[in-house]
Amino acid sequence: MRDGAQETPKLRLRGLRKAFGEKQVLDGVNLDVPAGHSMVILGGSGSGKSVTIKCVLGLIEPDEGVVEIDGRNLLSMPRREREAVGDRIGMLFQNGALFDSLPVWENVCFKLLAQKRITRRAARDKAAEVLAQVGLAASVGDLYPAELSGGMQKRVALARAIAARPDIIFFDEPTTGLDPIMGAVIDGLIVDCVKRLGATAVSITHDMASARRIGDLAAMIHHGRIVWTGPAATLGNTGNAMVDQFARGEREGPIQMELRR
Amino acid sequence: MGALLLDPLAALGRGAIAACRMAGAVALFALEALSHLVRPPFHWRLFGRAFVEIAYYSLPVVALTAIFTGMVLALQSYTGFARFNAQSAVAGVVVLSLTRELGPVLAGLMVAGRIGASFAAEIGTMRVTDQIDALRTLSTDPMKYLVAPRILAGVIALPLLVVVADILGVMGGWLIGTTKLGFVSAAYLRSTWDILETIDVVSGLVKASVFGFIVTLMGTFCGYNSQGGAQGVGSATTTAVVASSILILATDYVLTEMFFAQ
Repeated sequence: MRDGAQETPKLRLRGLRKAFGEKQVLDGVNLDVPAGHSMVILGGSGSGKSVTIKCVLGLIEPDEGVVEIDGRNLLSMPRREREAVGDRIGMLFQNGALFDSLPVWENVCFKLLAQKRITRRAARDKAAEVLAQVGLAASVGDLYPAELSGGMQKRVALARAIAARPDIIFFDEPTTGLDPIMGAVIDGLIVDCVKRLGATAVSITHDMASARRIGDLAAMIHHGRIVWTGPAATLGNTGNAMVDQFARGEREGPIQMELRR
Repeated sequence: MGALLLDPLAALGRGAIAACRMAGAVALFALEALSHLVRPPFHWRLFGRAFVEIAYYSLPVVALTAIFTGMVLALQSYTGFARFNAQSAVAGVVVLSLTRELGPVLAGLMVAGRIGASFAAEIGTMRVTDQIDALRTLSTDPMKYLVAPRILAGVIALPLLVVVADILGVMGGWLIGTTKLGFVSAAYLRSTWDILETIDVVSGLVKASVFGFIVTLMGTFCGYNSQGGAQGVGSATTTAVVASSILILATDYVLTEMFFAQ
């Protein structure tokens, strides 16, 4: 990761609010992610992590607030400009979200093909090159997602997220459903890929080991608000009772599990 | 007591509002899909795949339906018309019933069962496994990629299926007419040809095209808006088939009125 924060953060969220019916999921999210850094957003289930990312990606329209990338508010941009910004964003979904009907090579190069930056013939070679970066053989390119193990699917999803060389990448719980060793392998690949691209990364996770491996910065979201930001290395010893309880996985503390809503 | 009287009314009102809301959502969805047909890029590869799925893989079921319908029609009309000594009208009844009504309606219902269900299940599964969100993050509009090519394929493929159904249905009637009912082959075919007018075939093909639109629209709409995992996908599939079937029958009446009302 690059050192030192820059004047304009790569990603800036201000006063982001979103309600589903009577449930206020985001209640004024404020967050800055400096360019070249890897920010991990922590939070319990239903705290608003995924909705925050989906608002940035344009998958959910927030009720209020500002989503800036490189100082430009996505929410006030014309659709075409917003799509152009979206072209520079990569995303790894929690369950991979690979397209079942397409072979792996076409999954990996989907964005390049959609943007007509590459021919179908060249896409096979490009896919082999990107698959190699995530530790998979070129022959995997001819398989279909259903023929892959969970760990391999995650690697292919990572390859798809980085193939178009985005300058900001989102990772939604990248190690969920993987064994601890495969989780560490995927984390290592994420760190390598983000470094190689010089990209800014934003990850959401509950997995503290993964958070420490992936992130250099961390933020904690609780009840739709960011309650703490700081270095990821300090997780567990931040001095913030809420973050420390979450990082240590303690039952007693300021965060009370809502068993029934 | 008041609640007992008002509860059914409230339920009726809720149902009416939900129906209006769904009709509006389907109309907006259809308009957006149609707008993608005239705005490049168009995904020809996906159009080809959907066309083959509808036209080629539905051919056996549509063909069998048409043949047996033609056979039954010849047999029923012969035994019925024998009461009025009007057996000679059998060939005409078979060909007019098939081209105007049974060809497009039965092909539409068969395709609704096969394709409507398949599109709703496939797109619904993509919805609940985040694949549709993934499309958006990969610079691809899901309406352009998943919906527009399928709808165009339905509009073009169903009339072709109906041409085949018409021919095979008439052949089914001819087969029973000549082997069982004592018609002379040439006379049966001459009678078929003489009674047939262009409007009979054209009206059937227009109906088929509209039914193709309805089936693909409802299949993609229900899949696209499915929620809640496997159960949601199952429910979307059922709704797609039931809604397309009812809409086909209702639209059939409207189109028949437009073409043939005196």
